[in-house]
Amino acid sequence: MDVRMQISMVFHLDKCIGCHTCSIACKNIWTDRKGAEYMWWNNVETKPGTGFPTLWEDQSKYHGGWEVENGKLRLKSTGKTRTIFNIYHNPSMPTMDDYYEPWTYDYQHLFNAPEGPDQPTARPLSMVTGKPIDIEAGPNWDDDLGGSPVYAANDPNLAELTPEQRLQLSSVERLVFFYFPRICNHCLNPSCVAACPSGALYKRGEDGIVLLDQRRCRGWRACVAACPYKKVFYNWNTGKSEKCILCFPRLETGQAPACFHSCVGRIRYLGAILYDAERIEEVAKRPNEELVEAHRSLILDPYDPAVIAAARRGGLHDSVIEAAQKSPVYKFVKVWKIALPPHIEFRTLPMLFYVPPMSPVMASKNGDTVSHTSEDLFHDIDQSRVPLKFLANLFGAGNEVMVRYALRKQKAVRWYRRAVTVGDVEMELAQRMLREADCSVEEAEAIYRLTSLCTFEDRFVIPPMHREEALQMLEDPLEHKQGAGFGFLAAPRRGL
Amino acid sequence: MKPNGSLSWIKDESDPKLRGWEEFYRNRWQHDKIVRSTHGVNCTGSCSWQIYVKDGIVTWEMQALDYPSLQAGLPPYEPRGCQRGISFSWYLYSPLRVKYPYARGALLDLWKKARAEHSDPVAAWKSLVENPEARTRWQRARGKGGFRRVAWDEALELVAASCIYTIQKHGPDRIAGFSPIPAMSMISYASGARLLQLMGGVSLSFYDWYCDLPPASPETWGEQTDVHESADWYNAKLLAVVGSNLNMTRTPDCHFAAEARHNGSKMWVFAPDFSQVSKYADEWVSINAGQDGAWWMAVNHVLLKEFHHEKKVPYFLDYAKKYTDAPYLVELREVEGVFQPGQLLRAKRLEKYQEVENGDWKFLMWDEAEGRPKMPMGSSGFRWGSEPGKWNLILKDGVDSSDIRPQLTFLDNHDGIIQVRLDDFAEGKTLRRGVPVKQLETACGERLTVTTVYDLLMAQYGVSRGLEGDYPAGYDDEARTFTPAWAEKYTGIGRDVLIRFAREWGHTAELTQGKCLIIIGAGVNHWYHNNLMYRAGIHALMFCGCVGVNGGGLAHYVGQEKLAPMESWAAIAFARDWMPAVRLQNAPSWHYVHTDQWRYERDFTDYHTVPVRQVRDSLAHGHTMDLQARAVRSGWLPFYPQFNRNPLEVVKDAEAAGATDPEAVVGYAVDQIKSGNLKFSVEDPDAAENWPRVWFIWRGNALMASAKGHEYFLKHYLGTHTNALAEDMARDAAKEVKWHEQAPQAKMDLVVDLNFRMDTSALYSDIVLPAATWYEKADLNSTDMHSFIHPLSAAVPPCWESKSDWQIFRSIARKFSELAAKHLPGPVRDLVAVPLAHDTPAEIAQPDLKDWRRGEIAAIPGVTMPGLKVVTRDYKNLYNQFISFGPAVRTTGLGAHGTHYDIADFYDEALRDRPTVAWEGKEYPSLFEDEQVCDTILRFASVTNGELAYRSYQGIETKVGLPLVQLAEKGRSVRTSYKELQAKPLRLLNSPMWSGLIENGRAYSPFTYNTELLVPWRTLTGRQHFYLDHPVYIQFGEHLPTYKPKPLPTEYADLRFTREEGRSIMLNYLTPHGKWHIHSTYGDNQRMTTLSRGVEPFWINERDAAEIGVVDNDWVEIYNDHGVVVTRAAVSARIPRGISIQYHSPERTYSVPVSPLRGYRRAGGHNSLTRTRLKPNLMVGGYGQFTFHFNYWGPTGCNRDTHILVRKLPELRW
Repeated sequence: MDVRMQISMVFHLDKCIGCHTCSIACKNIWTDRKGAEYMWWNNVETKPGTGFPTLWEDQSKYHGGWEVENGKLRLKSTGKTRTIFNIYHNPSMPTMDDYYEPWTYDYQHLFNAPEGPDQPTARPLSMVTGKPIDIEAGPNWDDDLGGSPVYAANDPNLAELTPEQRLQLSSVERLVFFYFPRICNHCLNPSCVAACPSGALYKRGEDGIVLLDQRRCRGWRACVAACPYKKVFYNWNTGKSEKCILCFPRLETGQAPACFHSCVGRIRYLGAILYDAERIEEVAKRPNEELVEAHRSLILDPYDPAVIAAARRGGLHDSVIEAAQKSPVYKFVKVWKIALPPHIEFRTLPMLFYVPPMSPVMASKNGDTVSHTSEDLFHDIDQSRVPLKFLANLFGAGNEVMVRYALRKQKAVRWYRRAVTVGDVEMELAQRMLREADCSVEEAEAIYRLTSLCTFEDRFVIPPMHREEALQMLEDPLEHKQGAGFGFLAAPRRGL
Repeated sequence: MKPNGSLSWIKDESDPKLRGWEEFYRNRWQHDKIVRSTHGVNCTGSCSWQIYVKDGIVTWEMQALDYPSLQAGLPPYEPRGCQRGISFSWYLYSPLRVKYPYARGALLDLWKKARAEHSDPVAAWKSLVENPEARTRWQRARGKGGFRRVAWDEALELVAASCIYTIQKHGPDRIAGFSPIPAMSMISYASGARLLQLMGGVSLSFYDWYCDLPPASPETWGEQTDVHESADWYNAKLLAVVGSNLNMTRTPDCHFAAEARHNGSKMWVFAPDFSQVSKYADEWVSINAGQDGAWWMAVNHVLLKEFHHEKKVPYFLDYAKKYTDAPYLVELREVEGVFQPGQLLRAKRLEKYQEVENGDWKFLMWDEAEGRPKMPMGSSGFRWGSEPGKWNLILKDGVDSSDIRPQLTFLDNHDGIIQVRLDDFAEGKTLRRGVPVKQLETACGERLTVTTVYDLLMAQYGVSRGLEGDYPAGYDDEARTFTPAWAEKYTGIGRDVLIRFAREWGHTAELTQGKCLIIIGAGVNHWYHNNLMYRAGIHALMFCGCVGVNGGGLAHYVGQEKLAPMESWAAIAFARDWMPAVRLQNAPSWHYVHTDQWRYERDFTDYHTVPVRQVRDSLAHGHTMDLQARAVRSGWLPFYPQFNRNPLEVVKDAEAAGATDPEAVVGYAVDQIKSGNLKFSVEDPDAAENWPRVWFIWRGNALMASAKGHEYFLKHYLGTHTNALAEDMARDAAKEVKWHEQAPQAKMDLVVDLNFRMDTSALYSDIVLPAATWYEKADLNSTDMHSFIHPLSAAVPPCWESKSDWQIFRSIARKFSELAAKHLPGPVRDLVAVPLAHDTPAEIAQPDLKDWRRGEIAAIPGVTMPGLKVVTRDYKNLYNQFISFGPAVRTTGLGAHGTHYDIADFYDEALRDRPTVAWEGKEYPSLFEDEQVCDTILRFASVTNGELAYRSYQGIETKVGLPLVQLAEKGRSVRTSYKELQAKPLRLLNSPMWSGLIENGRAYSPFTYNTELLVPWRTLTGRQHFYLDHPVYIQFGEHLPTYKPKPLPTEYADLRFTREEGRSIMLNYLTPHGKWHIHSTYGDNQRMTTLSRGVEPFWINERDAAEIGVVDNDWVEIYNDHGVVVTRAAVSARIPRGISIQYHSPERTYSVPVSPLRGYRRAGGHNSLTRTRLKPNLMVGGYGQFTFHFNYWGPTGCNRDTHILVRKLPELRW
């Protein structure tokens, strides 16, 4: 057993507002500069929709992630048919059209326009060329565009739905969307790292954050192609690729990452996970239908004396083990099993998990009159507007069982709390629903509290980073205290 | 290439040299300073933010997390702040920032020339403004570029000179200012308002103008708006979200709704489109746009039938008796042989009560124990009477103190059943329904037929209870109002859904004692008949005891604000510390009249359905202007300018005629008005002497985002190009105002805008002054979304040449006083006309509808006509007054909403321990610095000074006669300073100015003060009103809750002169609040434009789009009589057919091409397609809760009923 600690995450999609505050928190701090304008380390997508970059989930187009071939894991982007020669031209690399051409406006014209016959207006200008631009795409182009024939209908997750089901999604009876915020998943089996010819990408041993060395990177962009989530971006100004750093300077000082901090829907959770690094490859090779469960099995019980002993042997600090015990992520993912990984079939073993969203009850239309079919106070999962199959394609490698389980438990908790707070639901019935959802009363209370009443400290349990110990390997921490910050900042240099 | 084996990528710290590069990102994160501030206009989120400063530059902002926690069991407030707020730092150093003062070049050239010719700036301004050619020169250039940088001094001199000239030539009431939502940066709002009120200028309202005021709130509760802090949503067990898109508009609060669901609350969302909040719904009710009223009317039908009549839920019936007007007696009047509901029966009509004080304003219930009418306490007659201790909700008789057991219905105890005539406006017919009645005899022997409000409600809602008449046969009766089947025709929602909803509502309220919450907003409130829709929803709450409980009630959120420290703020903002009377103008009336929008319509009955049968002299017909004029002369609404003469001159004339004291001056003015020598300006608004002349705009986008009928603003205020093509229609329709064949254009001499960004208003103004942003100044911010008060702080000093609003208006004041020393040296006397005011004895001024002009009643200022007050102004000391907290408040004390407390000791203390200013031998607490103003507000307000809260409760105790001071005991020693707020958000204290009780972390829910401590609502009866018995309401058929059809596009006159061009489709044009802006702010910044589509797109249904050959992202041209918009289409099935959405509010300043349809001129913004239409019955006054208060009562600037044509743009040109 090689016990490692990973900072992991849960996004509760049922609570997501789709506000993009997270995206801007990140943009303000990290990607608001030349060459990075188009990067959105954190973005929020409307589902069904095609996302950013467009159709990123479609690996027949982008060839990201891993595949199993002859019992071996191989990068799709450098598999048999793609050789090292692709290093100079990778046809599956997203282009500017797949992202968008960043733009601003000629705002100064409003101040400088000479008096004329008509009102001046600031025209859009490309931030790449500085020339007037006709805006045809943006990083959030299909925002809230539920039921659009152009975008929503092309969502790759709709692939296995019947034409009838797909049509329904854009009619009143079934019209629906939800939000899907995304950052780098800081995977256990990161294809971006594996793909880098320069060895510039690595996973930090102490917390599992995947980083891209801004010195070593030579801009080959193999990582961009290999990441199936398209969360590595090429900075055209510095000639280096960049990606989400999980705000490690904030984590190292005990602060939640900016996108987590700023999540005004309070949907985000972050905490330590102990996992067995020895089993990664084995798990990543399992058949699709076993992947969710196998991935979960990598996560170790932080209370298990054997795990604790192994963790200590591996050099984990007691305070880190304690943090893992308090981790909200552990509860959502491992104990309650209501948070699921996105597109586990890409086999990178993402460490960001999603609680799948509930949605309104379906309706039916009779002439001009719309009616809802719900008989109960809270409708059944199969009557929800989002087809279970769609969610299963996102969060269960197509397997509906896990998604159904997660939704059913959420519903049962709601029934139970209804019985407690109003009383128009019999407690006996509520408890039966809990049992059927594999949930005890204590668990229901815990789920409710962490979902509804959670404080900042409940949501983000950041393990101490013990920077003094890290620095000690390099210099005396006292000397660091005395000298920190002295020196000259240098801009990143293209190449090495 | 590395092998694909596991773990090869894990790099431990044991190889630290390889990880040294990580400082690349650490360096970026490191910063120098964090300062607390927030965002200061329009958005009511009031989020506490940490502003990060690095190298002396603001780099980014993050939310603060240190809100005091509420009681256990409620989710915390952290974090608060949305995508818009977090993008604000972009503005500070952006190319859109106004860094220096600017002037319109055409004006500047003329000014420099005039100044060269005239050493006196006032003479220079006179030479320009009285030269028509010169005046037209800069007016025509408005909005067309040609800005020039100008020195601060030069700009200030020009502005001050224009004010002096205007005061001398026309009168101070020709100088107006607009700034919205004071609560969000209250010192900044106060700066301009204070200057204007010291001058005698006019402050324009915003809340009614934005159509965010829900008139149903004052109608029902006598309260502008009082709503739940968002944490209280969590206490609700049934959430009905109606026309309110929480994700979009209540972004930082939305989680409370989401979290309530996981606590077993059920959520229903009502929206015609699959709006963003619909994703949270258990049931999304895709109701037809603007038909929410029909839904709630039918819900009430079910509630009354099942829970009241059949089940008789004790909690519901007790609540109705105790807290509503349901048991009050209404007189039924026989007109042409048919009975119809009249006014509430007045106590003085009966022998037993004929001698009581204010007997017109005390009302009666039937006591079921003694079987006779009794007169409960708590009505307006008690509030404004001389007997203390009787203004309360205790059910005892006001004369003999006997107990009252109110009888709700005469169903089982009546003197007969009478067929009462009711209106069915949907079908345009009248109905007769049986109502049980009692017969009474008046003191003078007249026979009276009375029933209860409750019995009338049963009849109106169509619950037959076995009575004869046009009652529906059952829920499936489609033909009769207001059954579930009837509603289905309008809402498009199945009756089964409605019945299920109503039953869930009733059951939930019964089991939880009222924890049903309606969260409602602009999606309903912006329709012409919004008051009726709201009232219907409110009734469902009142029927089920949901108002005045935590987790229950009406949570109205649109433009709502709560300026918590109201008493001291209002004193400073409106210069009440110096001036005894103020000029506060309801903006809807002002703009409707002065932008001449009234000229573009005929009778309001063209689109507003009123009862077919009308009494003689009914006001329910004719042109809206006629009621507007009537409302002004009867003192119902303010209007400025007041008269066709300079009010300073009126006083001089009075003095010349021998009037020495103020009473004599007023008497002289009344005689002049009566004789017609002195005319109300509103009666001839197009005459040059009645125009507004100088307009200050700050903190707002008065010429675009809020300008309903924007193109008419351009035409009649500014005199620049307009894309409107509507023609005059009011020639013979408006009878009470003088008609000019040619409407004047370009009424405004000077428009001054304070701004940090070049928005549309700035672009069209003459002078643009650089304002500090919200991260560059000290200010205060509060809201009703939560119960904390926040500071704005200077993270960096005002950038470039910008100054805080307080500093700018202070500078104008200084320059003004310098010029006044020469031009207006001595004290001058001004005659100020003010309307009858809410929370004053004027609430009982006009028991019936009598017009002094027609000789029906004497002309008595402050009773039957506007109040007239003589105010002395000291213009050369105006600057000194501006920077001094004046002595008037020391003598008179402070108060708001009818409260009062003394502050003399605190005033004297401030003289001892706070900075002061001294002039002309006297010393005053200083208001020189922004921060000093903040501290003065905090020190003298009841929500931040516990001793003053205590005193304020003492004052109300005397009136009410019940113990209240205990509410302030705990916080009595609390004092607050600006510096403390910078350190940590402070939760407000209980105060009688507000109606929610919040001690011990309890969430604010409105009216808990009333229900739990039996303090009356500020209404006629002191109870919540189902029945609105004002004679004009009876004439308009809105005394009872009802349904009126939406105005039809043809009659509403949006498309009377427009020809359909090419393949076009007509759609209802909706402008709800959007995701990427708060009004127009943020929408133009690079973050928000990137996350949207670079324009404010036009959302259209895919089949509607297909009909005109439009695909997603095509450019489209949207047009009607008022103007044109060119933008791109967002095509989605999310939008139902027949409606379209352009989210409020685009700017004309970026990404707007020209319009081929309107001569290739620059296309407009959303308000290019709207026009102001006022609902006349909302103009009444001097009658209980129907009494004017600024931002509180009056007609609203509704805009939802607008229709447009849209086509594919044939040619894109810039």
